[in-house]
Amino acid sequence: MFATIMIPVDLAHQDHLGKALQCGADLARQYGSRVIYVSVATAAPSSVAHNPAEFDAKLQGFAASQAETHGITAEALAVFSHDPVTDLDPTLLKAIKDTGADLVVMASHLPRLTDYIWPSNGGTIASHSGASVFVVRG
Amino acid sequence: MTDENTNQGIPEPEGEAALIDTDYEIGQDNIDGSVGPFGFDIHNPVFLISGLCVFFFVFYALALPEQAGSVFSWLFSFVTKGFDWFFIGAANIFVLFCFLLIVTPYGRVRLGGADATPDYSYLGWFAMLFAAGMGIGLMFYGVAEPMSHFSSSLGGTTVGEDGIRTDWAPLGGAAGDQAEAVRLGMAATIFHWGLHPWAIYAVVALSLALFSYNKGLPLTIRSAFYPILGERVWGWWGHCIDILAVFATLFGLATSLGFGAIQANAGLNELFGIPIGSTTEVVLISAITAVALISVLRGLDGGVKVLSEINMGLAFALLLFVLLVGPTLFLLTGFFDYLLAYVQYLPALANPIGREDVNFSQGWTSFYWAWWISWSPFVGMFIARVSRGRTVREFVTCVLLIPSLVCVLWMSVFGGAALNQVIADGYTAAQDADLEIKLFKMLAELPLASITSFIGIVLVIVFFVTSSDSGSLVIDTITAGGKVDAPVPQRVFWCVFEGAVAIVLLLSAGGLQSLQSMVISTGLPFTVVLLAMCWAIWRGLSTEAR
Repeated sequence: MFATIMIPVDLAHQDHLGKALQCGADLARQYGSRVIYVSVATAAPSSVAHNPAEFDAKLQGFAASQAETHGITAEALAVFSHDPVTDLDPTLLKAIKDTGADLVVMASHLPRLTDYIWPSNGGTIASHSGASVFVVRG
Repeated sequence: MTDENTNQGIPEPEGEAALIDTDYEIGQDNIDGSVGPFGFDIHNPVFLISGLCVFFFVFYALALPEQAGSVFSWLFSFVTKGFDWFFIGAANIFVLFCFLLIVTPYGRVRLGGADATPDYSYLGWFAMLFAAGMGIGLMFYGVAEPMSHFSSSLGGTTVGEDGIRTDWAPLGGAAGDQAEAVRLGMAATIFHWGLHPWAIYAVVALSLALFSYNKGLPLTIRSAFYPILGERVWGWWGHCIDILAVFATLFGLATSLGFGAIQANAGLNELFGIPIGSTTEVVLISAITAVALISVLRGLDGGVKVLSEINMGLAFALLLFVLLVGPTLFLLTGFFDYLLAYVQYLPALANPIGREDVNFSQGWTSFYWAWWISWSPFVGMFIARVSRGRTVREFVTCVLLIPSLVCVLWMSVFGGAALNQVIADGYTAAQDADLEIKLFKMLAELPLASITSFIGIVLVIVFFVTSSDSGSLVIDTITAGGKVDAPVPQRVFWCVFEGAVAIVLLLSAGGLQSLQSMVISTGLPFTVVLLAMCWAIWRGLSTEAR
């Protein structure tokens, strides 16, 4: 049913991703899909990595460990943005097109007041993407 | 160096680069959480102390305005008069240092590693560094400064009873010689807006970009001091440097917001008869802050870059208009003539010792150098953030030479047009007007004055928006310990805080002037900081792949 599942990940907050990662992996096994872990970062040093090369290496390592843990076929795509906080949604939407993903599984927080001002990333992606979107509450 | 997969060491960036081996992890001193629905991720203690310092100084300026005024005035006078030689000498060193970087093999080092590619096109990059750097100053002083130096030069020199000169003419003035007064006035103006200020920005920006993109340290001011302070840079030494940077940036922006509102108000009064007063100014600051807020929320590419490019387009259109409908030949030949005058007078203007033109060298040059230096953490950090992928030679050339030439062109056209009105037409409205209204008085003598004046007001306002939003991004990054992906509400907080501080100071008697004096005073310690940065850059580049 789904050939490619894209799972956006924030390597700085892996502890919030557990359910989404499990859901994505289960669906991938169910439908024999390949999984692409996408992460948006800045080229400036961050708490995850000091430069793009290091970030990419860490994301590749993350995808490999997920593949091994869940028994799935996984790849990684690191996307670098000038301002990842504000550019996250358009960058992810572009990544969906670039990877040809037909399902996006992404973690999201519980709805809160600020979502009226800053809509959640999951909600925005679901509103603007042609792919199916599975928003998993953390 | 540790294993790159353990998130503790610093592995190779893109291509060859010499990395600094430190166990410090970006964000390790941060506190993250949420206040109600608003998330935060702030550096402990930089965020808290910076915020408290701002509250304290605003409270002091409001509660004891007279005492604060006299204390800050004394401090301002002490810094600009007592250390004029230091400012002027240091600025010369920065210019020479930049030229040295262009011609030495260090110029081949690429920011971000040997294989890094530029993040922005030349146009977007240039528009942003220019808009953040001095766009608003050019609007304010483009007509005012050439006119002031021309008048004082023409007036010649006067000496007081104590044997000290009382006039404001640069160097020896040009008493009675109108043509030479123009040349000297323009040379002095270009001196203040050309190589020296941009060299100051280039030094700060280069050190931040080098130590962040090539050495893997956080994008905060303290990182440039790693070669000097070592691991102590993550402790109180570093905290103090970052707090000083936040302080200078916030008050620099707040005071400029206040003065910008005054100029925009004057322009609106000239054009539409809107009354001059604190109500209009408060509305203007609120509007500028609101637009800046939208820009901040849209981010670097969607907000700051777009506004910067719009503003560069508008500024260029205005420049072209004045050039074409004004005395075109006079202005074009003036450009080269003033450039020549600048080169001719540069050694004397840049001389740090034995100056007889005390009012000019202390009241103008020393003031400007302190002002540029106090702004350098903000502008430098912003330039660093958008300059990844450039070589050092490309970076220094573009940050130093191109903006300097644009400034010369701007001053030649706007200042030249106003001077021509005085000399050729005998129209002295711009000469006689207050500082904030001179630009509009000059435009009033040209065709389509209401349209060009309106564009002038829009430019003043949008330049402030670009300063306010880029400033908010910078302060947010510093107070988040170098994280550029801290929660958005923090940016909103700083943007609103800047506007609020500006309004409060504007409403208090002498508040803005007091705090401007305070900001200028931060230029003195920062000059020492910048000199140390030069050494750190040299040392940092010496280990890079060329």
